[in-house]
Amino acid sequence: MTAADTLTKLEARVRDLETTARETGQNLDAALTPLRAEVQRLRAEKSANLSRWDRVQLARTPGRPTALDYVERLCTDFTELHGDRAYGDDPALIGGPARWQGTPVMLLLQQKGRDTKSKIKRRFGSANPEGYRKAVRLMDLADRFGLPVVALIDTQGAYPGIEAEERGQGWAIAESIQRMVRLRVPAVCAVIGEGGSGGALAIGVGNRVLIQENAWYSVISPEGAASIIWKDAGKAPEAAEALKLTAPDLLDLRIVEEVIPEPPGGAHLDMDAAAQALGEAVSRNLADLAGLDGDELRAQRAARFRALGAFTES
Amino acid sequence: MALDRFFRRRRPQQQAGADLPDLWTQCPQCKEGLYNRDLEAASFVCPKCGHHFRLDAQKRLDVLLDEGSFRPQSGRVHPTDPLNFQDTEPYPARLARAQAKTGRPDAVLTGTGTIGGLPVTVAAMDFTFSGGSMGSVVGEEIARAAEHAARAGTPFVLVAASGGARMQESALSLMQMAKTTVALEGLAARGLPYISILSDPTTGGVTASFATIADVILAEPGALIGFAGPRVIQQTIRQHLPEGFQRAEFLLDHGMVDDVVDRREHRAYLTRLLGVLTRQEVGA
Repeated sequence: MTAADTLTKLEARVRDLETTARETGQNLDAALTPLRAEVQRLRAEKSANLSRWDRVQLARTPGRPTALDYVERLCTDFTELHGDRAYGDDPALIGGPARWQGTPVMLLLQQKGRDTKSKIKRRFGSANPEGYRKAVRLMDLADRFGLPVVALIDTQGAYPGIEAEERGQGWAIAESIQRMVRLRVPAVCAVIGEGGSGGALAIGVGNRVLIQENAWYSVISPEGAASIIWKDAGKAPEAAEALKLTAPDLLDLRIVEEVIPEPPGGAHLDMDAAAQALGEAVSRNLADLAGLDGDELRAQRAARFRALGAFTES
Repeated sequence: MALDRFFRRRRPQQQAGADLPDLWTQCPQCKEGLYNRDLEAASFVCPKCGHHFRLDAQKRLDVLLDEGSFRPQSGRVHPTDPLNFQDTEPYPARLARAQAKTGRPDAVLTGTGTIGGLPVTVAAMDFTFSGGSMGSVVGEEIARAAEHAARAGTPFVLVAASGGARMQESALSLMQMAKTTVALEGLAARGLPYISILSDPTTGGVTASFATIADVILAEPGALIGFAGPRVIQQTIRQHLPEGFQRAEFLLDHGMVDDVVDRREHRAYLTRLLGVLTRQEVGA
């Protein structure tokens, strides 16, 4: 029996015992506690041995917490503000002021949707230009009211559609990047699932950029890379390896400052624990930046991104 | 002599697409056989149908700048293989081939020159080098050129030609979008004009960063310009794409570019525009 089979079997046993305990009112903790510990140990062991493609799969697991799942657990007083004041409102990129574990902030959220209907409505988190233009508007407000920006990134990429192109998808992303470069308030970004290309970077120009343990961030999705390299999207697992898109890879490349741990097995297995770790990491980074003034914040952010790249000089 | 000229003129039409590629070229649009000498004199625009041929970076700057004014600055920064990227061949092998083909370390050429006598800092992307893709070196050279322009107090003129960010440097390529944006801040702070010219093709991460945050955005006639490539869009929405979709004229209609300008007019256009923007008397 493989470790994976053992884990599946133990998880089933724990569920059965929990059901029995609930239905009969018996206290089965004596039996459950060691089993739960063993499940946690096996999940952690499994996490340590994940391939890059396994992590991409985890980042896409249907039950993985979305941006709003975290906001519900970590924020109070969230007021969603709608629209770009030019064309429309984009449900794939939402935001507004809120308190993040008590601290007033401006939220920018890529929201994938939690059921089929809302996933379609939100285009699985792939924003149109009006989403990025709304982000620019919200960053204007953040600067005006001195609210730190907290951005939760979760998108396969900006939406590739006819109307998106007609309304200047590239322009909207570029303007959002530029607006974020110019922020005079702290910006803390966290990739909480998928960080696909320019559509993710549009709200990813933070003083600090964090990533959850099983999230990915890349210039192109593994499928996109595979269809360009091998003319076969089925080679996505190979592309994921080549792209070095996992959280540990990005930490090595200094593209992120910090990897936020997830509960063993992935954020979907314990949303509350995942939220707690995310909340703590974001709050701690916000606190670190609180002492800097507008010029310093802007200079630190500019220097951070100006330094990224790998080359030699003759 | 007259007879000789007669035969040379006839040849292209008779043997379209055949031999003597060093003497003449067939226009991909109107299929006319064109003498390279004539094509070059016309800034590589087909004199018959106006098709704009793609230019490598050196030819681009020859066309754009006053003759003999260009002084290169790029060239000392060389790409590496930070991810040890391996697909159908190792990234260093791809780079070596592109470097041998173009004689350039990467897909961009930057420097200084004059346009109508006005000093400018320029950057031209090179589509002949790996599709003009943007990795760390392209980002760094464009950033340095923009910073040089701000220091030297000149306008910055950039010609985009790129399929987008370079896959082989993955997230590091993506970060060049933010890096170049940061570097362009100095121009805005000093009130110096930044002009971008979008040539065929300009797509992906280049369209979504430095190319589209210019003070004035021009496009060459017929150039394909967009964020997502037409094939990706077609695969996603499974609809027929409208005629002329993502072409320069389409973008002008949709308010995304300031003007579509024939390449043969670029120098005169920029002389006039930059003269007013920098409040100087210019003219060559």
